[in-house]
Amino acid sequence: MIKSELIQKIAENNPHLYHSDVERIVSTIFDEITRALARGERVELRGFGAFSVKRREARIGRNPRTGEPVAVEEKRVPFFKTGKLLRERLNATPLSE
Amino acid sequence: MSSKTLTRLDLTEAVYREVGLSRNESAQLVESVLDMISDALVRGESVKISSFGTFTVRSKNRRIGRNPKTGEEVPIEPRRVLVFRASHILKDKVNQGV
Repeated sequence: MIKSELIQKIAENNPHLYHSDVERIVSTIFDEITRALARGERVELRGFGAFSVKRREARIGRNPRTGEPVAVEEKRVPFFKTGKLLRERLNATPLSE
Repeated sequence: MSSKTLTRLDLTEAVYREVGLSRNESAQLVESVLDMISDALVRGESVKISSFGTFTVRSKNRRIGRNPKTGEEVPIEPRRVLVFRASHILKDKVNQGV
């Protein structure tokens, strides 16, 4: 499923809303999460999961082609942890190997 | 990192300000977006949100784990896990603090 399909489904379930409003609603949700993470904040959506920011220490990396050492600066990366309910739902039906 | 945590309420408030629906309806829409994404993932589909990231379901095989406290071997049954891969746009924004 891609974003436009998600918007389409929400629009179908809410015929009283303009399609353009549904687009704004869906974009607003992801923009708000993005802005919070950019500020270094967490977004916790119980049952679904939590977005947070992790710090990666500066390190000496290596150019894989030449083997030459390169300084890699400290950076911040987005991280997602699946919520308990969603994790359980993903495994509600036992998997056959 | 920062102590501040956003919740559904903050997302609801953002939708309320942006679109001008009632708070109640804004809350329902936030919930239905999360539900739609969850349902697709439970069906085994990937969910790709452009400029944000991709949620993918991966199947893990059975393996032997170990209770780190007792050293006892415990089988970990096959299971499905959710992986989120942030888009480059999201990674850049988080790293630059924009």
